[in-house]
Formats: sequence, structure tokens, C-alpha cells
Amino acid sequence: MISLSNIKKTYPGGTGRKTDGQVKALNGISFNVDKGELFGLIGPDGAGKTSLFRTLTTLILPDEGEATVDNYDIRKDYQQIRNRVGYMPGRFSLYQDLTVEENLNFFATVFGTTIKENYDLIKDIYQQIEPFKDRRAGKLSGGMKQKLALSCALIHKPSVLFLDEPTTGVDVVSRKEFWAMLKKLRQEGITILVSTPYMDEANLCDRIALIQKGDILSIDKPDNIVRSFPGQLYAVHASDTHRLLQDVRSFPGTATCFAFGDSLHVTFKDAPSGSNAPSGAATGSPGEPQALLQYLQARNHPDATVEKTGPTIEDCFIHLLKN
Amino acid sequence: MSSTTSAPVITTDKLTKRFGQFIAANELTFQVAKGEIFGFLGANGAGKTTAMRMLCGLLKPSSGKATIAGYDVYTQTEKIKRSIGYMSQKFSLYDDLTVAENIRFYAGIYGMSRPAIKEKTAQLLKELQLEKEAKTLVSELPLGWKQKLSFSVSIVHDPDIVFLDEPTGGVDPVTRRQFWDLIYHASDRGVTVFVTTHYMDEAEYCNRVSIMVDGVVAALDSPTRLKQQFGRDNMEDVFYELARKATRKAD
Amino acid sequence: MKQLLTFIRKEFLHVFRDRKTLLMLFGLPIAQIVLFGFALSNEVKNSRIAVTDYSKDPVTTQLIDKISSSSYFNIQRNLNSAQQIDAAFKKGDIRMAVIFPANFSTDLTHTGKATIQVIADASDPNLATTITNYITRIVGDFNTQSELSTGQPLQILPEVQMLYNPELKGAPNFVPGVMALVLMLVCTMMTSVAIVKEKELGTMEILLVSPFKPIYIIISKLTPNLLISVVNLFVILVLSALFLDLHVKGSTLLLIFCSILFILTSLSIGLLLSINAKTQQSAMMASLMGMMLPTMLLTGFLFPIENMPWPMQVLANLVPSRWYFIIVKRVMLKGMGFGAVWKETLILAGMCLALFAISLRRFKIRLQ
Repeated sequence: MISLSNIKKTYPGGTGRKTDGQVKALNGISFNVDKGELFGLIGPDGAGKTSLFRTLTTLILPDEGEATVDNYDIRKDYQQIRNRVGYMPGRFSLYQDLTVEENLNFFATVFGTTIKENYDLIKDIYQQIEPFKDRRAGKLSGGMKQKLALSCALIHKPSVLFLDEPTTGVDVVSRKEFWAMLKKLRQEGITILVSTPYMDEANLCDRIALIQKGDILSIDKPDNIVRSFPGQLYAVHASDTHRLLQDVRSFPGTATCFAFGDSLHVTFKDAPSGSNAPSGAATGSPGEPQALLQYLQARNHPDATVEKTGPTIEDCFIHLLKN
Repeated sequence: MSSTTSAPVITTDKLTKRFGQFIAANELTFQVAKGEIFGFLGANGAGKTTAMRMLCGLLKPSSGKATIAGYDVYTQTEKIKRSIGYMSQKFSLYDDLTVAENIRFYAGIYGMSRPAIKEKTAQLLKELQLEKEAKTLVSELPLGWKQKLSFSVSIVHDPDIVFLDEPTGGVDPVTRRQFWDLIYHASDRGVTVFVTTHYMDEAEYCNRVSIMVDGVVAALDSPTRLKQQFGRDNMEDVFYELARKATRKAD
Repeated sequence: MKQLLTFIRKEFLHVFRDRKTLLMLFGLPIAQIVLFGFALSNEVKNSRIAVTDYSKDPVTTQLIDKISSSSYFNIQRNLNSAQQIDAAFKKGDIRMAVIFPANFSTDLTHTGKATIQVIADASDPNLATTITNYITRIVGDFNTQSELSTGQPLQILPEVQMLYNPELKGAPNFVPGVMALVLMLVCTMMTSVAIVKEKELGTMEILLVSPFKPIYIIISKLTPNLLISVVNLFVILVLSALFLDLHVKGSTLLLIFCSILFILTSLSIGLLLSINAKTQQSAMMASLMGMMLPTMLLTGFLFPIENMPWPMQVLANLVPSRWYFIIVKRVMLKGMGFGAVWKETLILAGMCLALFAISLRRFKIRLQ
């Protein structure tokens, strides 16, 4: 449904002050999204997510590479692509001074359709904001704006939906509701490409691409990405998390240590003798967890625990960033 | 982590703000101790921004009492502003000034002396490992560095309290953790940190967390006790449990 | 078509929901008329005048030499009939005519007294007053000088007559100027800001990624401003008629036609400015610095263009409002018909087409 091959994009220096200040936004991106798939682009700000969306929605031209959306070429057939995609840009992009209904009506007409014609598709979403249809869009809460924007992007029954950071700055409740809506749309057969900086949302996608500074770090099903995490991860817990963090970091056998919620995720260095582990992966020698526990107990963490744990997408992202 | 012993630096007693019929913040009563990292959570439109503005002395409360660093929010707003630092996701450094110029400027507006500014600039650059970038324009820094710099600048005048409004939005996971190291560091020096976030794992890093729903504080305790109280494994589920009951939808 | 109508409707909603801007849009012409109602002074040099000498004697030759030697005047050519003088005035070729009657010489020798006729174009009252004062002073000097050299007292009296605006009201000159200024401002600034606003909001991205044609976006953005400008035009005309007693002397239809042409030109400029601007602020600055200043300075209603150094005069030719100003003055104040303004109208139409074509070509179907 969507196919990219070696897409590159460089912007000229931001403010034009520095001659060499070119920004590499996309560094040779290639991937495919199948029909009906819910595909997630996961990465922080500045990773190149928005540039990728703009390339696929034909808003910018890449410097190099080929890409097609619904078998149409993004350069030649931009008009056809524009006819059949739905797009929700990162910023709240509705008319603040128009009411909910006026906004929806406007976008329906612009796409050559009516609210009635495709009401079935947006019904579930729109019904939640319909009681406020006479309210100006600027006066809606974040979650409701997001629902309205989604309704507007869906009103012409697009075959592909592009959602650029739809859940950024939105609270957990609205985020959960939003992902539930995406699940439903996926069942309708709409292909969805969605980006997010929230790593925990990765598990809700069929497949994800982890992206950072214009490069794809990994593409796979979330489960497979998690499974590919090398070595064993340990969760270290104690009541005084901050002091614990400092102490675990000072432990000689610690390879990496990051705070995750109420515990620390730790990997151990290979034992100096055991050199048959794959390079770059910290498998850790078997004695280290026990050694750390003793080390911590000696440093006044009587309640410290060190347990094996499974990695999350965020662990994988951090691991990929570090290598 | 001296949260249990010292006197509170933020005290509110039935602090309320009404806009006409609408009660944005309703009888907020809580205390924050010196050096504490206080997580201030709430759904969109729950009244977080209103509450935070009252505490910063930017918005006059309708009723109730509050003191910030010992100063009254009704009458001593000027003194409050000198004792607090503020940083939001939108808080921007001057893009067209260099790193050092930004630090100098913000130190300057808080009336620090020339030698003090010089010393502070050198110290901050060292802490942030930005010594080589002192003469770099802020516009050329990566986002994560900008955020770290803007946090450091917000506490350049050694305030008693720093208010952080979604400071880590959009930052990569490694930088986000480095940012929290800075927060811990400030807290160790006795700076009280009052922080809002949409990342629920960050709520776990706080000493105590309050969750606002529909203008009232619906829960307030340490993350561990909140999880026990609601019988949930993580803060996200606790938050979801509380916030989904919200009836108020508009901001 | 339905899409276009919806879009235009939306644009009107934007305009009507923004009360402050709306107030500014319609308050502007009123404020301008009041502001410019106060006289503006300007020094005059090299005014083109005609001198007609029916007497042709040594005294007139001497006096004409004296007039032409002054830096104030630039004697165009000798016009020999009342019709020619009239025509030159209407074309705006001359600001003033000095006529020596046939009996000038005989009167002077017999009685020591003679009159010369001074006719000035008073549609620009400041200029008319200034140049007639100059001529009176030159003639006065001439009188005293001849008395000193010949010992005979001379009394040459200029008889001043003001054309088009005998009461020397200031209004006739500034009303066309205000019209040019207000239309320019509303069209150029509002258009560029309206388009850039969509860019800032992010809605431009959605509109581009839709089957909606860019030309429709342009048309919808232009329509409300076109209508607002036409309303403003009528407000100015009605205000001047009611309070300044200034009526359209020529064809109102012709005036409206030319005004719409000028409005379209200004809209195209606004469109052009919006293409490269990224923020509303920069669009506003570009309109103010790029359009307001040249309009104020180079249109000819604050400072006569003929007094400017030649590079400025060349530059002034590129300013659309300059041509519109001439058209309004001729049609509204002098009551002249299309025959007198066809050249200016053609220039304006050419500018309009060229600007619109350029902005259409450069209007981006993509971002950046």
C-alpha cells in the first residue's frame, strides 16, 4: 500500500546563518506498509517523522529515492494521491474560529463529499463530540480537538490515513480512547501510518519502525523487536530510587542502567574471561546480579531486589540509540 | 530527598479559582516540602494550568490561601516571582543568541552581579558539558540539549522552587532520563521541583504525586502508596482509573 | 463549484468572526479621511506651466525671461489658444498658465497699468496656492525693478483664477490618495495575512493534500477582500460627498471599473507577498514596508512626482497606485471620460495581469 525506497531529504541550514548548517531529515529510508496494516513510526522530535509524512502526502519532494502510495508515484501522480489519502498533521490544524460542524462540513465539501455520505465511518468518533457541534473548535479540549481532526481526516473515506503525532500532549485517557478508535478503523480495512513519540504506544501497532535522526533503527513487529533485545535485562528495585540509581551506576559490573517507572533496568558487563558473547551485546556473567544485590545491601538498601525482567520497546530504543 | 523533615515551601489551603460559573480549581489543599519532587498530574482540562498559574503568582485566586516560599499569593507576587523558576515545553531560549549569551541574559534579569554571572555561566556550562558549545547559537543545538539548557537557565538564580510544565515532551528516551538526572540533582541541592508530565513512568520518579480530576485533587501520595491504594501495578493504570471518571471535557 | 462556494463562505466567516480586524478594515478609510483632511504642505520646484503671449513686446519678453529663469517653473511650450490651454490642463501637462492679453502693451504705455491672467489647476490646492504666490512675487519684483531702472512706475497686476477647485478645498487632492492607500492596504495586507494564517495553522497542509485545486484556494481568499474593498470604496465616496462636498464629476461607472482593476492588482500583490512569507508577522511587515511606504511616497498625492529626482520618477512608474491616482483625479475631480484615462487604465490592467500570472505560477502546490 505504501512503499519507500531509499528516500533522502536534506533541508538547507535552518536560519541561513551558517553555510554548512544543512539538516539531514531523512537518510535513505526504505520500508513497505501492507494494505490494512496499522504501522507505527516511533521516534522523538527531530527524528524525521514529519518529513516522512510530508513526503508521502506529496507536500514535499524528496532529494532522492522512490515512493508510492496506493501504487501511485509521489512525484508524478501527486494529484491521485491527494484524492485518496487522509492526513492529520502534527499541529492542531482546524479552523479555531469555526464551529465543530462548520469545520467538518468544510472539509467534507473540500474533499467533494458530504457528512451524510460517509457518516457511518466517522459515526463512533463524531458522536462523542456531536453534543458540542455548535462550539468553536478553538474552545474544545485537547482530546475533543483530536477527535474532530480525525473525523475531518476521515470524512472522504480515504484508503490510507496518515496521522502525524495524533496523541502528543494529550492525556492518558484520551490517548487510550484514540488508539481504540484506530483499532476500529483498521478493522474497516483502512491502512494507517501513525507516528508517536510515546514508546508505550508501539505495542498497539501491527508493525513499527523505530526512527532517530533520519535513520531507521529497526523495523518489525513489536514482539520481534522486543525479542531481539540482546542479553538479559534485570529490574532493580529499592525504596530510595534516586540513591539507588547512583549506587547501581557506580557498581563496576553495570553496563547500562536506566530508570523505568519505579525500578531500574540494568544490564551487566560481560565477565572479563567470558569472551564468546556476541559483540555489542551485554549478556552479563551469571554471578553479577547476586554481586550487585550484595553491593546494594552494603550501601544501605536493605529492601533492594534484583530480578530478571523482559525488555520494553523503550529498552530496545535506548539500546539501539546507544549502538 | 529531605521531604519528610523540613518545613513546607508550598502550602495551599482551599485554594479556589472561579471563572464566572466555572470552577477551574476547587479547594486545593496540599503542602510540598523543601527539596521534594512533586508530580502534578491531571487530564487535559482538569485545572492543572490554572492551579500552576495561581502558584506562580500569575493568576489571582478567587478564594483560599496559599504561600509560596513563605510569600502570600495575593499580596507578595513580586517576591514569589523572585523565588521561583519556570520552564515549559514552549519556554524558548533565544534562538539567535549563543548558549553563553542566553545564560548571561537570564542571570542578568534576576539582578545577579557581573562576577556572579560569570561564575555561574562557567559552572552551568561545565555541568551541562556544553563548554565547547558556549559560543554556539541555540538554534543549532539538538532539542534535548536545548531542554536541558532551558532547565538550567530556569534555576540560574537559585530559586526555592522550580515549576516544570511538561518539560520532556517529544524528547528521546535517553535524553529524557538525562533530564531527570538534572531534576534529581536540583532536588539534592534543596530546590523544590513541581512538575507536570504526560509520561506516566515519570510520575514514578516523583517523591509524591497529585492527580487532579475536574478541578479537585483526587489523589495525593507517593507513587508506591497510590499503587497500593488503587491496587494497580503502575501509575498509568492509577491515573487512568481516576481520570476516566472525569465529566468535564472542555478546557 | 460547490466546493468553491463553501470555501468562500468559510472565508467570510473568518472575516466576520474577527471583530477587531473587521473594525479596523472599515474604520481605516474613515480615519484616513479625517487624518489627511488636515493640510499637507509641500515645496514646489519646476512646475510645468504654459505661457501665452498675445502682446509680444519687449516688456512681456523680459517678464517671461524672468519667469523662466526662476527654478520654480518649467515653461513647457507656448500654447496659442484657449482650447489648447484647456486641453493641457485636462491632460495634467501643466499646473498653471500665464496669459498676456493682446492689449497688454498698449495698456501699459498709456495708463502704466496692465493685467496678466494667471490660471492654476487647483485640484491640488496646496500646489496651486504656492505657485500662484510665486508668480505674484515674481511680477511684483519685476515692477519694482523696472521702476528703479526707468524711473517710471509700473503696475502689472496678475489676475488669479483657480480651475476645478476654486475654493481651494484640500479634499480633492487627498481623497483619491486615501482611496489608493486604503484599497492597497486592505487588499495587499489582508490577502497575504489570510493565506499565511493557514500556513501557520497547519490547515494549508490539509488543503494541499486534498483534491481542492490551488486556484480555488486563491479565488476564495481573494473574494472577501475584493468585496470588503468595494464596500470601502463606496464608504469613501459617500463620506466625501456628504462631509467634504466632493462628488464624482465624471462617470461613476468608469471610476468603479478602474477601482476594481486596481483592487485586483493589489490583491495579486498580496498573493505574491504571501508565497514566501512564513508567519503572519512577516507577511504584515512585507505589506507595510513593501507596499505602504512606496504607495505613500510615490503615488504623487503627498509629494508631487515631478519634483523628484529622475530615478524616483522611474520607480514611481512601477507603483500601481500612481496610475490609479491619476485616473481617480481625472475622472472624479475633472470629470473626464475614458478617452482621457485609457492609457493609465491599460497600464494598470497590464500590471494586474502580469502580477496575477506570476503569483499563480509561483503559488506552491507543495510546502517549502
